[in-house]
Amino acid sequence: MSDHPEHRDRPDGPDGPERPEDFGYSGFTERDLQREVLDLEHRSTTAARIFDLRRIIGGLFVLYGVMVTIAGITASDAAIDKAEGVNINLWTGIGMLLLGLFFLAWLKLRPTPPPLPDTAPDDKPAAE
Amino acid sequence: MLNDGVQTPTFPLTPAHTAREALPALAAELRLPTNWLDYTILAIYFVVVLGIGFAARRSVKTSLDFFLSGRSLPAWITGLAFISANLAATEILGMAANSAQYGAYTVHWYWIGAIPAMVFLGLVMMPFYYGSKVRSVPEFLLLRFDKWAHLLSSILFAFAAILIAGVNLYALAIVVEALLGWPQWVAIVVAGLFVLAYITLGGLSSAIYNEVLQFFVILAALIPITVLALRKVGGWSGLTDRLTVLHGHDFVTAWGGTGIGSPNPLGANWLTIILGLGFVLSFGYWTTNFAEVQRALSAKNLSAAQRTPLIAAYPKIFIVFLVMIPGLVAAALVPKIGTSASGLQYNDAIPYLMQELLPNGVLGIAVTGLLAAFMAGMAANVSSFNTVFTNDIWSKYVVRHREDEYYVRFGRLITAIGVMASIGTAFLASSFSNIMAYLQTLFSFFNVPMFVAFIIGMFWKRASAKSGFWGLLAGTVTAMVNYFVMYKRHIIDIPTDQGANFVSAIAGFVAGGIVMFVVSLFTSPKSAEELEGLVYGTRSPGMAEPPAAGDDAWYRKPALLGWGAVIIAAACYIPFSL
Repeated sequence: MSDHPEHRDRPDGPDGPERPEDFGYSGFTERDLQREVLDLEHRSTTAARIFDLRRIIGGLFVLYGVMVTIAGITASDAAIDKAEGVNINLWTGIGMLLLGLFFLAWLKLRPTPPPLPDTAPDDKPAAE
Repeated sequence: MLNDGVQTPTFPLTPAHTAREALPALAAELRLPTNWLDYTILAIYFVVVLGIGFAARRSVKTSLDFFLSGRSLPAWITGLAFISANLAATEILGMAANSAQYGAYTVHWYWIGAIPAMVFLGLVMMPFYYGSKVRSVPEFLLLRFDKWAHLLSSILFAFAAILIAGVNLYALAIVVEALLGWPQWVAIVVAGLFVLAYITLGGLSSAIYNEVLQFFVILAALIPITVLALRKVGGWSGLTDRLTVLHGHDFVTAWGGTGIGSPNPLGANWLTIILGLGFVLSFGYWTTNFAEVQRALSAKNLSAAQRTPLIAAYPKIFIVFLVMIPGLVAAALVPKIGTSASGLQYNDAIPYLMQELLPNGVLGIAVTGLLAAFMAGMAANVSSFNTVFTNDIWSKYVVRHREDEYYVRFGRLITAIGVMASIGTAFLASSFSNIMAYLQTLFSFFNVPMFVAFIIGMFWKRASAKSGFWGLLAGTVTAMVNYFVMYKRHIIDIPTDQGANFVSAIAGFVAGGIVMFVVSLFTSPKSAEELEGLVYGTRSPGMAEPPAAGDDAWYRKPALLGWGAVIIAAACYIPFSL
């Protein structure tokens, strides 16, 4: 596999005629991009407005943990026999409950940082 | 085994960066004894997924918010999303299948086929990606090379993303039909619409938040299965004893039988494993696949972006046990798995153990985890597709210089179109599974020349603007020719698809590199000014930003995190090399 040899003597290459000053130029420079992205970053409010995921994970796993633990406490002998004599619902339920509590505790100890000062914190409740 | 003589309709549950071909639908007798509790667990999950979509919607104001979460997320979130985007159900079921078929060789896909590349991405490449402020992988090619490299990589990526999203959706439909008895079209439409809803609402933030949640649900599903499976066969020693009797000692080692010229079920030797899988395929996938890299680009600063793949590397090291052990146990319990005598395919390993071992409750968690994994795989592709299509194709070549709100609206529209196209692809896959398998293999080769273009472009200033396009093209074509002509027509003799895949990747890498070198010699390089921040040894203007408070803590040092992962992965090989 090699490049088309005839392409080397054609200055315009594979992509049709090009003016010499365009040669190798992508029509889009890093400087343009930096300006555009910085501008968007400045207007972006995600950092200030996105909710904290730890609450969702914590809540869901506490709920799942409680449900599965109850299934474990009330497990029938058949269910335990099926799982090789392990009360797997109980253990999984406790594990999920602990994971959920871990996330809630983490959230409590390290709360979401307040919005950055330049994003006008006052408009938060009024937004949308 | 996959015999080339027998033409079976092949539909792969394919791990993202390999092209293992597996057998079609799951066995019908795998129906799970689900009850109201399991369905309640599943229903709660779907409600939470949608809830995240609605909540994340508030955070979308600019196109950067929609496509890149405003570059504002903390490292633990992007890191877990990074691993979750990879941990699609095709990966879970496919790697369990791999283990049932080939044994402990599966560890190579993780310890050598992932960790070094993830660490390289974090430590070496991320400063260029994140520091240059590009919003996508193709956009980096635009800055470093030219429009042609950019357009080629954008279009191929967009097609591949829709294809893989559709394949995930179809695989989900097969699994849901076998396990829960839902008709395939119901599963395809329901899962497709949920993904559509939450990504259209909240954009990448919604996708990433859901991926993090999915990560934990997937773990909660896999850990009980693994523990009970091990218990059933008498622990690790009981498992290895049984497998040694059934398949020989090499089946439970990582390197046994991989000497050059010695036959082994994988059809690869240590050299093709290290170069093909460990270097070319793995670096290609992990460092240039935008569905992965996008997670890191959404991090809040360079340090967090660097830590994204490094944080992901730690779970990746250990997740192999959660997919390999169920696969091995299935191989031990059902010696004839993969043959018609047992009625079970290799892909059935995990569903089989779910049916055998899990009581209601945990069963619901496991079903939820599996569905979560399918949706994660699909959503990662949809959310990267809409970004590349909007940022790299639409706003640069079709409708340029419109106001930012227009591109947010367009992003939502193209998300809907992308999901509809995936749903269409899933239905196509159900009728033409052979074609889809080929297409998937075809696209798996595309990452290889991408990696060549990146590695040469980042480390060799002289690589010219034109060399990118020709390197990409030559590498892709070579890998495809090697696989579809040389191997499939038996011109060269490689025992398995897997082995051929490794060799094709190496061929594509070498060809792409040579062509880039030759083209660079005959075309003029870019100026030093244009390459600032894009080539090793230069810095982007924006890179000078001071580290955020707390980022200098020792456990947040990228070098320490990265080398720690490499050392642990290497140490994991020791017990498997004896």
